[in-house]
Amino acid sequence: MVQQFYVSPEQLMKDRADFARKGIARGRSVVVVSCAHGIALVAENPSPSLHKIGEIYDKIGFAAVGKYNEFESLRQAGVRYADVRGYSYDREDVTARGLASVYAQSLGAVFTAEQKPFEVELAVAEVGRNQAQDHLYRLTFDGSIADEDGFVAMGGQAERVSEVIAAEWNADMGLGGALRLSLKALAADKDVDMLQPSAVEAAVLERESESSRGARRAFRRLGAEEITQLMAAEG
Amino acid sequence: MQEHTASRIAAYATSSFTEHLQRERPDLLPYNRVLPAGELPPVPHATTIVALTYAGGVLMAGDRRATMGNLIASRHIEKVFPADQYSVLGIAGTAGLAIDITRLFQVELEHYEKIEGTHLSLDGKANRLGAMIRANLPMALQGLAVIPLFAGFDAVTGVGRLFSFDVTGGRYEEQEHHSVGSGSVFARGALKKLWRPNLDEDTAVSVAVESLYDAADDDSATGGPDPVRQLWPVVYTVNRAGARRIPERELAQIAGAIVETRAIAGREA
Repeated sequence: MVQQFYVSPEQLMKDRADFARKGIARGRSVVVVSCAHGIALVAENPSPSLHKIGEIYDKIGFAAVGKYNEFESLRQAGVRYADVRGYSYDREDVTARGLASVYAQSLGAVFTAEQKPFEVELAVAEVGRNQAQDHLYRLTFDGSIADEDGFVAMGGQAERVSEVIAAEWNADMGLGGALRLSLKALAADKDVDMLQPSAVEAAVLERESESSRGARRAFRRLGAEEITQLMAAEG
Repeated sequence: MQEHTASRIAAYATSSFTEHLQRERPDLLPYNRVLPAGELPPVPHATTIVALTYAGGVLMAGDRRATMGNLIASRHIEKVFPADQYSVLGIAGTAGLAIDITRLFQVELEHYEKIEGTHLSLDGKANRLGAMIRANLPMALQGLAVIPLFAGFDAVTGVGRLFSFDVTGGRYEEQEHHSVGSGSVFARGALKKLWRPNLDEDTAVSVAVESLYDAADDDSATGGPDPVRQLWPVVYTVNRAGARRIPERELAQIAGAIVETRAIAGREA
């Protein structure tokens, strides 16, 4: 029989956390920025079909960094959770807080019980009637959950990206301004001033989707052309 | 072991909300229950729905009445719903089940769209609805039938299309126009005379409202326009731009015009 060496629980958790952190830092960054118009979700993503940003429910969006298969399974689980809840209760009863709490529990369980932790970091965003009612939750690989104010930056050189946004962000900026700031922040570890709109995947959770386009679902993807137009309109 | 895990994941990968419920929460499905023997008390029934194609799209309209035996169960019920951005459905039959099936179908389409990141094809949508109606067959045998009518804009061919269903889930594509429910015979008669190829949208709405007026004239379970309570049929159009509900104001005008013409004509039958 092979002798098992003793590893202290502290060491075990630290090893797992380091492993997950390394995996997440290898990827590209994602930012979620609240603005007057709604919440902008922007990811540096060369693929037009393998999304890092997704719609969960009427007012709730999802953004992730890390391993695609892992966050994609979490995104699908989130859509199922939200749809079952909205179908059995009512559409109003689906909240970002409930979803974030389910994600935190799943990530926590995987972190302690499975062979390897998930190498992902998630943001769950819910757009409210006004900015005070917006919710932004950030979930890390070990199931920790943080209620963020205004913006979230995750993955890659997250701290540098976050610094750029923190320096210029203000609550009154419009969608164009938020997109411009996001593109600038995502280029924090590069030689360029800001990323090209074609290099990112972007979406918005619109605050006024009911009145502006008669849609209950606030989530809308933004193409490169539209990003350019929105930024130009808010020069 | 590895192979086992892989095949299990593949088997669980579904984009269908109904399949997910069937596996995890079968109690939430509107059908899927065995009814004990016994006499069913009267339950509300939804009545007439008409649908017709016009230049560039398709339209669906339903009256506002639900009946329960010889009584009027509701004057305000709505029986035509948007299924998603590019399709609508109308329901006739047992109102309680029909409204739940509609809700399930709406979530089914939205769920697919969110999981897959793309719209289901129009035929795919019609097939899913057919499967739900087939699943409801045991309930239909107990007297709780639901008969939908489905219409949508086909982005590939660029035309509006109509589908009818039978209780066994049989799906039939209809040409030009169709109607279901208790007053459907009369509405169909009216549509045969009023419908013409390539109607413009305004005329199409007016034709639909007039066919419902004719249905209400002869079928006690179909409600006509109600100027006292300001109740008009629910009408949705679907074209390349998506589904749109015709505002009450326009419907009041159209219904008013029809009643006026009929009053002037002064026919008795």
